[in-house]
Amino acid sequence: MIQETHFNVFILALLVAIPAWAIAVDEPFTVTLMTRAVIFAIAAVGLNIALGLGGLVSLGHAAFFGIGGYAMGILAFHQQTYAPIFEWPFVIEGTKSMPVIWLVAVVASSLAALVIGLLSLRTSGVYFIMITLAFGQMFFFYCIGWSAYGGEDGLSIYVRNGFPGLNTLDPIQFYAICFSILALVLWIVSALAKSSFGLALNAARQVPHRVETAGLNTKRIQLAAFVISGAITGLAGALFADLNRFVSPAMFSWQLSGEIIVFVVIGGVGRLFGPVVGALVFVALEHILGGLSEFWHIYLGLLLLLIVLFSHGGLIGMVCGRKAVHD
Amino acid sequence: MTEIILATHGLTKTFGALKVSNNISIDLRPGEIHALIGPNGAGKSTLIAQICGTLTPAAGRVELMGKDVTHLSARKRSLAGLGRTFQISALAMEDTVLQNTVLGALGATGNPWFSLRPALKNHALRGVAEQALHRVGLQDVMSTRTAELSHGQRRQLEVAVALTLNPKAFIMDEPMAGLGSEGSKQLTELLDELRVEAPILLVEHDMDAVFALANRISVLVYGKIIATGTVDEIRANREVKEAYLGDEA
Repeated sequence: MIQETHFNVFILALLVAIPAWAIAVDEPFTVTLMTRAVIFAIAAVGLNIALGLGGLVSLGHAAFFGIGGYAMGILAFHQQTYAPIFEWPFVIEGTKSMPVIWLVAVVASSLAALVIGLLSLRTSGVYFIMITLAFGQMFFFYCIGWSAYGGEDGLSIYVRNGFPGLNTLDPIQFYAICFSILALVLWIVSALAKSSFGLALNAARQVPHRVETAGLNTKRIQLAAFVISGAITGLAGALFADLNRFVSPAMFSWQLSGEIIVFVVIGGVGRLFGPVVGALVFVALEHILGGLSEFWHIYLGLLLLLIVLFSHGGLIGMVCGRKAVHD
Repeated sequence: MTEIILATHGLTKTFGALKVSNNISIDLRPGEIHALIGPNGAGKSTLIAQICGTLTPAAGRVELMGKDVTHLSARKRSLAGLGRTFQISALAMEDTVLQNTVLGALGATGNPWFSLRPALKNHALRGVAEQALHRVGLQDVMSTRTAELSHGQRRQLEVAVALTLNPKAFIMDEPMAGLGSEGSKQLTELLDELRVEAPILLVEHDMDAVFALANRISVLVYGKIIATGTVDEIRANREVKEAYLGDEA
């Protein structure tokens, strides 16, 4: 068995080495694929806070992914059409600045997660899954009907948004931005998991009545986790929209919520790098098998089945064994 | 008159036509162990649940340190000083012994919000937790996963977690259940010391432990307290013998 921290370093090294190699042999498409994987990884790392640490199975995380995407889409759309978003009571213009877009994406998806979480956390188990799914679908259908922003057709943004000092149209520079965000998010989540908050959240999943007896408010802890989770997934959505220079209601689809869960499950629920491994494997399969057959999801399904049946803790569990206890 | 730490006044709870708690008034005085005994189904757990706040009584009051806590949540009662151990161990099995104990200390000692500092590196929290583990004799297995503990060690850990709250009163629901004779003996000694810090309301089936520890005993049968008294009084009580003790007394 390989130590989990060693394996994590190996994955990080891969995330640096593969794009570097792709640049050396002039394969920009591989860089784009890797960017896609890294963005999915950020979304899934976000979900893993709710799902892995908190035990909150959200089938509505596409809502936050989509909100992040539309935050980017709407802001950039107004900038490229020179039409302010609001003129009254004060003027809000669109923007092409990534940091501003990220901020808006994070704030908007946090607020959405707060409202959705407040309502969903009154339930648990299957009902929680269904309510989060329902919220995701509400956003999905709303955006289909939102003709001001392309309705069903979505919004195309002609030029990728800018980041001060970088040329974001260069695939490797955009990749560097996404990779840095993933690294930052992983660092935050790893600290969070060991913090008092993480300890309480982890225990709230296992024995909620014990956490209450310790004088802690279980629901509030879970709500905070849900909001942080949604915010990170929302940030990933903004990056995803920028990668494709396109947003559409598909970003809100429940299939996407399911895929984010699949990333987490393939890699390892509750493992820090689980979502990263899951997203990498998913994008690799999508690319390799997708080229062979239109029905590549069958093989994905098979892999998922094998992992769920034969490993405890996803691929990371297979390679590194049980989760180590840290002291 | 001695100050009363914990008291119930006329607690009544019905499930349908069944009166599981029938006008129950008991109290807990400083320095004592008050044992609650009774046959299975007498309503001991229901009573404990009402005292701890997980069940709402149909009538009656619960008072802690003279304050009415009947309408406080279980969480607020814990913060007010009610330390509880569970009949079935309620521990995070995936976490270590130390993590479970630190968790216990979080509500009273630490603030889990807005800090990315590792919980186990927080000296205040860790100090409280380690001290509690020393008291119950678990200091050597602090970094063991709770799932790997023996049943007896889990019972000890339950007590350690309750200790971290530094409570005004302990409610212990069958802490001896499933312990071997050696384990019971150890825990009996610990509880004996503990009563000086905070009185204990002890629900227990192990009569040896009850008779060895209790200052007072209340006997609950079919939702009613049929007798309260010292060990000798209870042993001599004919009604209690018929209902519960049988030949043991």
